[in-house]
Amino acid sequence: MSGLLSDAFLISLVAGAIAAGIPLLLAGLGEQVSEKAGVLNIGIEGMMLLGAYTGFYVAFLSGSLWLGFLGGAVGGLILALLMALLCVRLGLNQIVIGIALTLGADGITALLHHVQFSRTYPRLPAVDTLPIPILSQIPIIGPGIFDRHPSVYLAIIAVFVLVWVFRRTNVGLNLQAAGDKPAALDAAGVSVTTTRTLAVLFTGMMAGLGGAYMSMIGAGIFIPFMTGGAGFIAIVLAMLARGHPTWVLYGALLFGASLSLTTALQVGGVNVPTDVVQMLPFAMVMLVLVIFARRSALPAALGLPYVRGQR
Amino acid sequence: MTAEASTEEPTPTSAGLSGQGTGMPEWLVRIVLALVPILLALIVGAVILLLLGRDPISFYVNIVRRGLISWIGLQETITRCAPLILLGASLIVAFRAGLWNLGIDGQFLLAAVITAALSAWMIQSAPAWIVLPVGMIAGFLVGAVWSLIPALLKAYQGVNEIVTTLMMSFLGVSLANVLIKIPFNDPNTTVPQTMTLATDDRLPRLFGTTINIGVVIAVVVILVVHWVMTRTAFGLRLQTVGANPKAALHAGLSVPLLTVVTFGLSAGLAGLAGSVEILGVWGNVRADWNPGYGLAIIPLVFLARFNGIAVIGFTFFFAMLSIGGETASRRADLPNYFVLVLVALILIFMALTEWLSHRRALARRA
Repeated sequence: MSGLLSDAFLISLVAGAIAAGIPLLLAGLGEQVSEKAGVLNIGIEGMMLLGAYTGFYVAFLSGSLWLGFLGGAVGGLILALLMALLCVRLGLNQIVIGIALTLGADGITALLHHVQFSRTYPRLPAVDTLPIPILSQIPIIGPGIFDRHPSVYLAIIAVFVLVWVFRRTNVGLNLQAAGDKPAALDAAGVSVTTTRTLAVLFTGMMAGLGGAYMSMIGAGIFIPFMTGGAGFIAIVLAMLARGHPTWVLYGALLFGASLSLTTALQVGGVNVPTDVVQMLPFAMVMLVLVIFARRSALPAALGLPYVRGQR
Repeated sequence: MTAEASTEEPTPTSAGLSGQGTGMPEWLVRIVLALVPILLALIVGAVILLLLGRDPISFYVNIVRRGLISWIGLQETITRCAPLILLGASLIVAFRAGLWNLGIDGQFLLAAVITAALSAWMIQSAPAWIVLPVGMIAGFLVGAVWSLIPALLKAYQGVNEIVTTLMMSFLGVSLANVLIKIPFNDPNTTVPQTMTLATDDRLPRLFGTTINIGVVIAVVVILVVHWVMTRTAFGLRLQTVGANPKAALHAGLSVPLLTVVTFGLSAGLAGLAGSVEILGVWGNVRADWNPGYGLAIIPLVFLARFNGIAVIGFTFFFAMLSIGGETASRRADLPNYFVLVLVALILIFMALTEWLSHRRALARRA
């Protein structure tokens, strides 16, 4: 097992953790805001996938990753707008609509990809990185963490922006109230509907960005169904993080690391069946849940539509 | 969050769709509520097809021709109903008891793999009439066992079951693949798959058709489930837990025990669905085979309002759509995924129609 401690293995693991973790981080942060406000966004898988498609397509046409990210955000926003309209405004069942949106995004992206590219999978050119001076020179973790596309740094900064929003701003307080005691928020003169709508839209945007990162930078290509459950993992991350954005970051990196473990192990010269390694992140969540059973908390009004005056 | 506070979490019953009380007879309202959204979805689907430069009329005609009118297609549609109906029965049990079992895909696949391996091994030394029931019982048990951790966590620790069942589902799918590739791998094939149960040893077929008795089993099971849930004391207990766990506790019901039993039954039925699909249709499981029925059947059960008979109807329609859609898509040179878009549209319009009828009912009462 000497291969396990080789530099090649560790470098590959750190790089893979970031590459696979950033989409989870972005989507998980988005889902966290939505869950805080009391909307369980099962449609996030679809929002990521649509973002992955629109992001890739815009980047493919324009040659600009930043325009691609914009496209990804818009893709996620489109579905989020539907979700907000149906679930927040009209109070329809969040699970039914969420699953419907995911199915729809699965279908529509596969269709569009087929119509535009038939059975070819064009690849985007390699990404320019922005090495951070000095830090990127650290052995092993340096190149994996501090020599990446700028969007990686922005995603990590977003974690701390959210910490600040949750702790120090009225917006954060409103979000929390919308999820825990919507009637109190209403009584305080803040619209629950608007608060939740904004939360859902934010989730869609973040999920779209995460999807766009996945297709444009993580993979470099778009493949139908490429999110493969990442949205559901983001939901779990948000639930386990109990409202702490930093926990989403740790969770995303941990998940990212176990997702990329197969590749890293192969680089290190150890051959393990892919399926065994794929079980790791999920087994880890179950283990965490068994050990810290009582600590996974959710807002009281999560999943329930708010109707003014109704008990 | 404490166990007490967890009673305020959304449950399938509390988040369910509702809408009754118009002037029309109940059955007519239900049929209209089912047909209008399908029609709307077909219209929007037609617009999408037109945008893609395809002929929507011939696409839809092909779906119906292949999935419903052609004899071969109809038999395939009815055969496809068997696992779907059983999965529907599985969800009815859980949802009526107010529990989210979102892990049916994992329960289904794991049970399918173990049934396949067990039956192909047993058939070497036992007759089919022993092997088939044993395979189905094994499938039921595998599904039930796979729900044990989420059930215990929910019952005694108040851990949200949406997360745990989803996680166990992903785990189950991967574990199923490991089982296929390593211990149960048939050494005589190049593609990793389990040993194959010969066609003659599979579930008997009905009157010279290609339809196996799996669909009969499925219909009987869902009718029994429907009857148990709506007409017996046990069903009432489960529904009470679903409607209000606190009240159920005060009524002297053992909520944790009922939670574990509900999960066992629900996941067991999902496992049975996997067994029936393998023993009736495939005879083996190939690596990376995962039909992913769960995501489609969950919303259908909601829209049927947890009514077993309505689930049969919705399931038949969905099966026709997926069987006919394969051919229609191939003819239109589209990937098969267009059907997913149709299903998504139907779901959204159904939810909207329910909402509108609910609004009208409220307006009448006011």
